[in-house]
Amino acid sequence: MTATTHEPERAGRFRPAGLRPWWVATGIGAVVVAGLAGLVLGPASLGVGDVLTELADRLPFVDTESGLGERQRAIVWEIRLPRVVLGLLVGAMLATAGGAYQGVFRNPLADPYLLGVAAGAGFGATVAIVAGLGDGTGVFDAVPMAAFAGALLAVTLTYLVGATGGRLDPVTSLVLAGVAVASFFTAVQTFVQQRDSETIRQVYFFVLGQLRTAGWAEVGLVAPYTGVCLLVILALRRRMDALGVGDEEAGSLGLDVRRVRLVAVLAASLGTAAAVAVSGLIGFVGIIVPHTIRLLFGASYRVILPLTVLFGGAFLVAADLVARLALEPAEIPIGVVTAFLGAPFFVLVLRTARRSR
Amino acid sequence: MTGIVCRGVEVAFGPVEVLRGVDLEVAPGGWVTVVGPNGAGKSTLLRAVAGLLAARGEVLVDDLRVEAATRRQVARLVAVVPQEPVIPPGMRVIDYVLLGRTAHVGFFAAEGDADVAAATAALVDLDAGGLADRTVDTLSGGERQRVVVARALAQESPVLLLDEPTTALDVGHQQDMLELVDRLRTDRGLTVLATMHDLTLAGQYADRLVMLDAGRVAASGTAAEVLTGEAVARHYGARVRVIDDPSGPIVVPMRTGPDDT
Repeated sequence: MTATTHEPERAGRFRPAGLRPWWVATGIGAVVVAGLAGLVLGPASLGVGDVLTELADRLPFVDTESGLGERQRAIVWEIRLPRVVLGLLVGAMLATAGGAYQGVFRNPLADPYLLGVAAGAGFGATVAIVAGLGDGTGVFDAVPMAAFAGALLAVTLTYLVGATGGRLDPVTSLVLAGVAVASFFTAVQTFVQQRDSETIRQVYFFVLGQLRTAGWAEVGLVAPYTGVCLLVILALRRRMDALGVGDEEAGSLGLDVRRVRLVAVLAASLGTAAAVAVSGLIGFVGIIVPHTIRLLFGASYRVILPLTVLFGGAFLVAADLVARLALEPAEIPIGVVTAFLGAPFFVLVLRTARRSR
Repeated sequence: MTGIVCRGVEVAFGPVEVLRGVDLEVAPGGWVTVVGPNGAGKSTLLRAVAGLLAARGEVLVDDLRVEAATRRQVARLVAVVPQEPVIPPGMRVIDYVLLGRTAHVGFFAAEGDADVAAATAALVDLDAGGLADRTVDTLSGGERQRVVVARALAQESPVLLLDEPTTALDVGHQQDMLELVDRLRTDRGLTVLATMHDLTLAGQYADRLVMLDAGRVAASGTAAEVLTGEAVARHYGARVRVIDDPSGPIVVPMRTGPDDT
């Protein structure tokens, strides 16, 4: 048999899956490096030391002089920092929502847009833009609000349709409902968009994603939602591991499967809707980040979800930097960058991880 | 100790009636094995006892009505070793066994030292401590079965349901597994309800057998009472010889040669 002779000595050393300190340190390091790069690099180049001193100056009880001029300070505080913070929030939210969907649906291809969130948001934003309700800037602008409303409408519809799935199992019927709702909203959105050729460019930019218009107002809009939703998803990380054995076995272990799935999907969808409202549709983050973490650090959601928060934020800030700088002074939609950089990187990780097992 | 009582249990999947009024009782600390041909409703009966599907009639575990209880309440009383457990790829054995603690951990909480201790004790109890750091998808059939039983033990529920625990194992591992369950039953005071295909082994380890056929109880009692050549022939449509042995009835399949017909 497989018995070993020295179990008593080993018994005290079993360690359940959990975060190792250096993994967390790496994640925080990635956030800091990406964030600093986002502050320093750009059309107006600033020194790392100056930017750090400038940031430290705002801390309580610290009084230093960064040597930055009035205009440079404004660039740091009013343009680059809100954009970095927004990138961190949106990236963390999209990536973590992806991890959560993959966990509760036990489907590696599940992403934040699975349940029609993206299509609904696209529809809402398009209607607002075409109707001339707003120009896509400012927190009380109609475009993010309409996107948010559209995303929630789509998710609600998906739920209602999915609940009538009859004999299909609930997960399958929910996902199929999401596909149907997404197709419908995409069709309506395209119809509305094509009727008005003057706003096509603006709609197009929203659909491909952008952090271009980021200011503190957008940060204020999205932060409460992402904060709460991220905390809820993180708190469910252990339950998501239990879902890995399937609905029936998880039920026999004492898990209220429907409740876990409902809470996780609500949190992920609400958070995604808020993120999409300010950033447009940024694809691929929700697939690539959690899968990369899984390949590098293990399959437990106790590890995947917290690290995905950190690396998701760092990844999107880095992608935004590329979007800003690659064709300077023009800007590439960030969704193009996440796919263009993300896909090859992911293939690389996939190959390396396979070989090392 | 905790016993099981089923009264008039009926289960239908759409128009198909799978269980048609099953009465069954497992005494506290006892071991009852359900036998019967494929499709007789053995696994369905186990799932009904675990509260995993909608059943009519009454299932009582330790006076708790399973139908009306929460998943958490049932899981604290009943642990299940499924016939074909889902093996999550990449999950380490210790984490898999810790899933057994789900009913003891709060909705938003993580497991504590006591939970890790229970999982460790279960693994050590099954001589599977050396597997703790392997991933479940790399285990052999016998190792995997031990780990699944360890998860059920970590649940610390007084009732253990085993759905064909020996099907995937060779004869040596089958005996090991059943001896192990019997030892755990004594050591931990468990009540065992199992389903099995191997009639000889079923009779050797259970106190009592229940033979199901087409969703009804066809026979129940001691192995000698249930495992008669006539009963096996009628309900399984099999040609067997039953040999009396001190260890219990031995059921041997017979081949009818071409000349005999």
